[in-house]
Amino acid sequence: MSHDHDHDNELDPFAARVRALETILTQKGLIDPAAIDVIVDTYETKIGPRNGARVVAKAWSDPAYAEWLKRDATAAIASLSYTGRQGEHMQAVFNTKDTHNLVVCTLCSCYPWSVLGLPPVWYKAPPYRSRAVIDPRGVLEEFGLTLPADKKIRVWDSTAELRYLVVPMRPEGTEGWSEERLAELVSRDAMIGTGLAQRPEIEGQPA
Amino acid sequence: MNGPHDLGGQMGFGPVAPEQDEPYFHAAWERRALGVTLTAGAMGAWNIDESRHARESLHPAVYYSSSYYQIWIKALEVLLRRHGFVSERDLEAGKAVDPAATPKRVLKAENVPAVLAKGSPCDRPVAQPARFKAGDPVRTKNFNPTGHTRLPRYARGKQGTIEAVRDGFVFPDSNAHGHGENPQWVYTVVFEGSEIWGEGADPTLSVSIDAWESYLEPA
Repeated sequence: MSHDHDHDNELDPFAARVRALETILTQKGLIDPAAIDVIVDTYETKIGPRNGARVVAKAWSDPAYAEWLKRDATAAIASLSYTGRQGEHMQAVFNTKDTHNLVVCTLCSCYPWSVLGLPPVWYKAPPYRSRAVIDPRGVLEEFGLTLPADKKIRVWDSTAELRYLVVPMRPEGTEGWSEERLAELVSRDAMIGTGLAQRPEIEGQPA
Repeated sequence: MNGPHDLGGQMGFGPVAPEQDEPYFHAAWERRALGVTLTAGAMGAWNIDESRHARESLHPAVYYSSSYYQIWIKALEVLLRRHGFVSERDLEAGKAVDPAATPKRVLKAENVPAVLAKGSPCDRPVAQPARFKAGDPVRTKNFNPTGHTRLPRYARGKQGTIEAVRDGFVFPDSNAHGHGENPQWVYTVVFEGSEIWGEGADPTLSVSIDAWESYLEPA
């Protein structure tokens, strides 16, 4: 096979199992291994949370765009050329002074790939999926985020084909910033709701 | 089905443990697992609902002891066997032994960017007007189907409010089983935390699901 497996332990039985499956399908002409290379390259180097950060930064900078994003997120996001698999039907939900939004998929791993890329392991794993809907404050504490006691929490369980992007609140002290600079403040976690946008005075620190 | 995947409100799984600067893949085989899953799906023999149902139909002990890419691969083997692409003898030999069914298509490398950029929209026209409108009080049905459903257990038999009428979408409960797309209206339904979790619920919490029309009754 042409691709590179040298990071796998040769004794790892699951690596061998996946390799066997790929071999069988390739030998039968059912899949093109080069197509796998392109898929992996796409999600490792081209599609990731920087896409979503640009959407958020534009919404912060341009009220008309923010309105469009609220009304028709799929079209507003497509206008920045972020489209496609697991982003076909987008909804943007905006944090406010009163309400914090948190996104989960309790039933599987639904996630807005077109704007955030592939989901992190914790998003797909039982601890987050089980607790986000019943104990979101406890979950957020594990991300280092303590919300004020009177802040409302809205949890969006992605049970259908709508995919949710959280638009965090724009940090104070960023007046006049360019969209490029604003986008640097927007982490993946802020767009899931397990974080906030980074404040400019702690720029460079993990959000 | 009331499977291992239906995790909302379950307890005992421990802390979330987010990883700093997490890589997209934790082993080289995970890259291939992603690609094999997507390219095999592109053959067009099954839809996303059938593949979700294959994952949630893994034995609970298997589901909970597997990483998500492992869940994908274990379910993919089920789908490939079910649709005649791979046999038990192939898997035992680790190479092609038996002939395969003919796929609708084979995804070639040069077509990947266009296919990923297009995605698979699953909104569909629905002949009937939407039964509910924003603001309507509704109650979710209490049912326990043995097949695929997207109404989580924690949200069954609960009173909520229609927040938004979305669009017509393919109905997974029938589509997963080869019984057709039968599109229905989908609504975002919001529940107070106390309606779902009862005594001791976080008073600041509300939870929404996206529900197909047949999951709902007027309240």
